[in-house]
Amino acid sequence: MLSMLRTIWTVFLHLFRRPVTVQYPEEKPYLPPRYRGRIILSRDPDGDERCVGCYLCSAACPVDCIALQAGEREDGRRYPEWFRINFSRCIFCGLCEEACPTYAIQLTPDFELCDFDRQSLVYEKKDLLIDGTGKYPGYNFYRVAGLAISGKDKGASENEDKPVDVKSLLP
Amino acid sequence: MATIYVDDRPYEVDPGKNLLEECLSRGLDLPYFCWHPALGSVGACRQCAVKQYRDENDQRGRIVMACMTPAMDGARISIRDKDAAQFRAGIIELLMSNHPHDCPVCDEGGECHLQDMTVMTGHNYRGYRFGKRTFRNQELGPFINHEMNRCITCYRCVRFYRDYADGKDLDAFASHNHVYFGRHEDGVLENEFSGNLVEVCPTGVFTDKTLKGHYTRKWDLQTAPSVCAHCSLGCNTIAGERYGQLRRILNRYNAEVNGYFLCDRGRFGYDFVNGDRRLRQPLLRGQPTGAPEALRRAAALLGRQSRIIGIGSPRASLEANFALRTLVGPRNFFSGMAAGEDHLVARMLRALRGARVRTPSLHEVESADAVFILGEDVTQTAPRLALAVRQAVKQAPRTEAMRLRIPRWDDAALREVMQQQKGPLYIATSGATKLDEVATASCRGAPDDVARLGFAVARALDDSAPEVAGLADGDRALAEAIAGALRAAERPVVISGSGSGGEAVIDAAAQVARALGRERTADLCFTAPECNSFGLGLLDAMNTSEAFQRVADGLVDAVVVLENDLYRRAPGAVVDAMLESAQVIAIDHSAHKTVEGAAVALPAGSFAETEGTLVSNEGRAQRFFQVFVPEGEVKPGWSWLMELAQAAGRNELATLASPDDLLAALARAVPVFAPLPEHLPTAAFRVNGEKVPRQSPRASGRTAVQADVTVHEPKPPADPDSPLAFSMEGYPQQPPSALITRFWAPGWNSVQSLNKFQSEVGGALTGGDPGVRLLEPGANGYAAYSEEIPVPFERRDGEFLVVPLYHIYGSEESSAAAPAVAERCPEPYAALNLEDARTLEVEEGALVEIEFDRALYRLPARLSAGMASGVIGVPMGIAVQGVDVPAWSPCRKV
Repeated sequence: MLSMLRTIWTVFLHLFRRPVTVQYPEEKPYLPPRYRGRIILSRDPDGDERCVGCYLCSAACPVDCIALQAGEREDGRRYPEWFRINFSRCIFCGLCEEACPTYAIQLTPDFELCDFDRQSLVYEKKDLLIDGTGKYPGYNFYRVAGLAISGKDKGASENEDKPVDVKSLLP
Repeated sequence: MATIYVDDRPYEVDPGKNLLEECLSRGLDLPYFCWHPALGSVGACRQCAVKQYRDENDQRGRIVMACMTPAMDGARISIRDKDAAQFRAGIIELLMSNHPHDCPVCDEGGECHLQDMTVMTGHNYRGYRFGKRTFRNQELGPFINHEMNRCITCYRCVRFYRDYADGKDLDAFASHNHVYFGRHEDGVLENEFSGNLVEVCPTGVFTDKTLKGHYTRKWDLQTAPSVCAHCSLGCNTIAGERYGQLRRILNRYNAEVNGYFLCDRGRFGYDFVNGDRRLRQPLLRGQPTGAPEALRRAAALLGRQSRIIGIGSPRASLEANFALRTLVGPRNFFSGMAAGEDHLVARMLRALRGARVRTPSLHEVESADAVFILGEDVTQTAPRLALAVRQAVKQAPRTEAMRLRIPRWDDAALREVMQQQKGPLYIATSGATKLDEVATASCRGAPDDVARLGFAVARALDDSAPEVAGLADGDRALAEAIAGALRAAERPVVISGSGSGGEAVIDAAAQVARALGRERTADLCFTAPECNSFGLGLLDAMNTSEAFQRVADGLVDAVVVLENDLYRRAPGAVVDAMLESAQVIAIDHSAHKTVEGAAVALPAGSFAETEGTLVSNEGRAQRFFQVFVPEGEVKPGWSWLMELAQAAGRNELATLASPDDLLAALARAVPVFAPLPEHLPTAAFRVNGEKVPRQSPRASGRTAVQADVTVHEPKPPADPDSPLAFSMEGYPQQPPSALITRFWAPGWNSVQSLNKFQSEVGGALTGGDPGVRLLEPGANGYAAYSEEIPVPFERRDGEFLVVPLYHIYGSEESSAAAPAVAERCPEPYAALNLEDARTLEVEEGALVEIEFDRALYRLPARLSAGMASGVIGVPMGIAVQGVDVPAWSPCRKV
């Protein structure tokens, strides 16, 4: 008896509490930038694709929903010839982002990925690639890596000495 | 046997080995770089440091390099010791201080020995604050990509390329921390074994350029054990596929056959599988059609009452050939080899099945201490054998050096003693060969003269061998010298093959071996024209010329041609006539003139899309497995034959449903193949009830690869024909040696993980090397001396003897269709001796006209001091094909 009365009293008190229900979709919740939602491919600060097609995201993916084919552009940059994520399989674990050595693949706060047709949840590179740098504004893999590409010669990366003159015997 | 103590645990070891080898053989993990089981130790990288203690009371010990310390009885070492571990981590840190932070774009990533060793030592952060040393790369041709920044200066590349493969154009340049490995200038790496740098290099300096064109990480490749189909040696390979394309070939260790190394034709010749010449759907007189329609048309040609014959192929598997033989009947089955080729193979097999001679494995050729090569340009026809011969040449001086009690593994010390000394190698051919540079003596002559030299050597070895009449004094002296060297050797090998085109040459080689084999069985190694020539030879079928004759006689209604371009077997006019007078059903993997002219052409699988058995030049039957399920209507040759038989209402193949059935039936029908079914793994084979997976446990993209077509993932294809599965599921540990799909072990992602698959480092694979030897010396076989000694070659006025020349790139049919190999193919030419050129007034590059075998050829002359006088060399498969050489031809300047 006492317990019932106490319960009724508690429920009654809730009438005067602020509601926690969010009026979604009219009202959108705030999600932090590191929220793990829809995956995108970002570009480096110079506007070129960040993805170098290293296959680490696809290897890290526990549901194997990422597939791609690496290629090489004429300027020496590696890039994905095609890149596909099957969001109908994706579990938004973020392991791909963690594995990505170039900050190319990132998870965004957009979680609204419902569809009646599973087939339209298959995203190709054109659907994934955005025009910005995403969460990591400054990073450009090719400025750090010792690979020469057109416009950046050997020895021009960060922390690199000028290329060795093989014919010199000077110390 | 000796006992060593590693971290206080006793291990039984071989005192002739070093500590590193023995630790690895016992399954202990010890990082290393510069040591390679085939190259020995030099102690250059300082990575394999361990602590050695004087005795059990010694608490301090001292750091030694495991690779430079013999595994002496009672030695006490510690791998786990803190000082040693710290030392190793320090070395890695030093090596990594200049490493370029480019693993994501490095083709070695994921199968990198440097990555593995770095993880193994625990080094993870670059503490060095200063700049990284950089280098400029070189353009090294179509096979190898160069990225010098990744170098850790282990010297393995030059030790393999220069010391092991005798290459000249790769070297170490500059000094101190500027040491640079490359050529003196940009250019194609000339050595035929340059592809091994990809596996020898512990990091990504040398990577596979053909793989780069369709790059895939190791863990994503669907791989299966395969056997190289580009020459007769039967080197074991691992073929890898991704997205329906064959992407690369890696070496698959087999201690008896290829060991650690492959040739570049075998490694880079795979791309024909993806080529645009591939046949992907049936053709009716060159027009694409569907399989049911093609089968219906073909079946109409193969009705019960029609007279059909089958032409097999020395580049198709035993299973496919036997299926055809069963379908048409042994009396209507032809080997697919041209008459000349067929006779050569028959002679070789007769010699090898006789008493007193034995066919050595490649490994046994490597350990020979005297070699006599008759009429064969081994570097071009069977490249991996040439690499074995180069090791054999080092055998005698090495044995000599080891008398100074230098252990076998102490490479630098042995080389210091050996200097440039070479063991006995004698070569007699019609044209210059690349092995001449390491030969004691090499002589040039027309094939008959080469054979006469061989017979003279046999006579010098054994007085009961027939005398060679009219031998010049110089030749006699040379024959005596060769006989002396062979007699003095502990393990002499005689090498010959089909390359000269002369049957007498083969007889001569057999004669030498028989003379040598008077007291003990002698080693006689033949190279055959194609990957399954010996298999077809053992099937004992008629040759293709007889098939043409039968068609010409009007005795045939339909011909089934299995994986064979007849234009490579007979003059064009002959094949044209046959295609006109009989209905031809051609089954092949690529389009060629025979396929285009056939009434019905059916798309067969290449070596990567089927499974089968090939018999190598050693007489070793080895099974290759399907790597992937091909696109389109491509099916294995034997499968087409079964469907054809069924559609035509013939019941010859009704009881046979799989390659295993075919093999079992073959073993019953032809006694020499009897051991096959019990020694080769059959489809029913399971480990703990599970199949062996073709994919790695980390294979990726399973739910995305086909998602663009449908999100409902299809079931992985079943494979009822083999113990392998098209899946990552299956027996997760080491399979039996014949079923090794990849070399990988926990912590060892690179090919160096091979150590974990061997019974001991550099030894046989665990459970024995795969393959069954079918040719063992016969007890009472044919062994009498041949009396048919040819007369000396005589020059003719205005006529030359056309002899075949071969090229590693271009002479072999399928590899020449691979773009990277095609880039290395030479232009057609005719090789002439300098003096002959002078008499003909021909200059280098001028066109000469030769006419033989009913065809006229105009070829630019190539003047070569190495050609024998009175002969003209023409590159087979490049300048001419389908001709019967040696043949006499007039030669004119155009």
